[in-house]
Amino acid sequence: MTPIDTERSITVTVNGVPRGARVPVRRLLSDALRHDLGLTGTHVGCEHGVCGACTVLVDGTPVRSCLVLAVQVDGAAVTTVEGLARADDDGGQVLHPVQEAFRECHALQCGFCTPGFLVTIAAGLEARNLSTEITEEEVDELVGGNLCRCTGYANIKKAVRHAADTMRRNGAELPLGNSAPLHEQGPR
Amino acid sequence: MKPAPFRYADPGSLGEALDVLAAEGDGAKVLAGGQSLIPLLSMRLAAPTTLVDLNRVPGLDAVEVTGDGVRVGALVRHAELLGNPAARTVQPLLARATAYVAHPAIRNRGTTVGSIAHADPSGEMTAVLALTGGSVTVATPAGRSTIGWRELFVGPLETSVHGAAVVVDAFFPALPARSGTAFVEVSRRRGDYAVCGAGVVVTLDADGLVETVRAAYLSVGPVPEVHDLTEAVSGQPAASADWAAAADLARTLVDPDGDLHASADYRRLLVGVLTERALASAAAEAAA
Repeated sequence: MTPIDTERSITVTVNGVPRGARVPVRRLLSDALRHDLGLTGTHVGCEHGVCGACTVLVDGTPVRSCLVLAVQVDGAAVTTVEGLARADDDGGQVLHPVQEAFRECHALQCGFCTPGFLVTIAAGLEARNLSTEITEEEVDELVGGNLCRCTGYANIKKAVRHAADTMRRNGAELPLGNSAPLHEQGPR
Repeated sequence: MKPAPFRYADPGSLGEALDVLAAEGDGAKVLAGGQSLIPLLSMRLAAPTTLVDLNRVPGLDAVEVTGDGVRVGALVRHAELLGNPAARTVQPLLARATAYVAHPAIRNRGTTVGSIAHADPSGEMTAVLALTGGSVTVATPAGRSTIGWRELFVGPLETSVHGAAVVVDAFFPALPARSGTAFVEVSRRRGDYAVCGAGVVVTLDADGLVETVRAAYLSVGPVPEVHDLTEAVSGQPAASADWAAAADLARTLVDPDGDLHASADYRRLLVGVLTERALASAAAEAAA
């Protein structure tokens, strides 16, 4: 007989670290990350899939964490904005090229929408064939699902092009490289 | 903005899913991609007692492409269908319309069949199912049946599928020979619901003259409808047909509602503009 539950225990690999939680079945993934796992980098804006601030990677694919139930990612790998930077040899962290580009291009003001943009753009650029220059159409498609009320997007789009250029120039020397999807990177 | 409490089951087979749906009764709701359902839950516009999650049910994630058409399983995500070159070849409207479905992050999770079962008159895939003359397969404890698009769509967000039943696939017939298609939308922002959208199919005869012209619209009327625009341009050469006349005819056939986003008159205007634009493009493709 199929169990019908109001609460479940789940195990999720978050940014390379296995994490467990006991959650009501109605708990959204966005709330599970913030409240149950303490990862407040994932921001919750509209809570109905419009703004994109809560975007995370589930098994390497960008999804709205407010449109997924926490119980649905039991056994999956989740990457949040906290998982984009990598540890360096001196115990510090090296930002992802998209994070660097946001700083370089002044692509954030209040910062509320930024985690969703960073995760979406990082995954989009990682999945892309970097041998060609990114087109305006691609940039629009990449940022079109995320709302920003401060910047007017000009600097965000500049940052996308900047990050794409960096990743194209650096190729294999990138922190995350093109070889392994983000979620397969080790603990950091 | 949190869903009301519900009970949750994620059965491992279709039979078990139907059992749970039958046992839980009218308050139970099927969950696939959840990209429309979960917002409805969060906004408390829907409060099912039980969610039956199909995501662990095997055998529902295939896109089957034959010369007759494309069969899309209930767990196929929009992004998978969009990236399927065989499906695009047999029925080009699938990829053309799917590209307009929300944003990539939504398409990664949302399912094509789920959006049809959701029956939103603003949905791209409901219009494409109608325009292609498609159907869905519905599984119930008594067996499987095929329901054509006309019988399926009853009203906004309402289908004829009730009770212990799961829509297990949707079938989109292949594009006929000497035909071209186009799909266009006007929306406030990229990926938003269409203020108005149009999908068209133009079929030419062996001499390159217009034989049939059909159109379906989004956000126009409570359920998808297919309008035959052939009489305005029948027998005219594809390259010089009077598409404006077909657009005028389309404007007289539709009966859009006004809402916050657009007045009825503006929607009727858009029906004309989009029809003319889409037909010219589809006819050029049919002639190529």
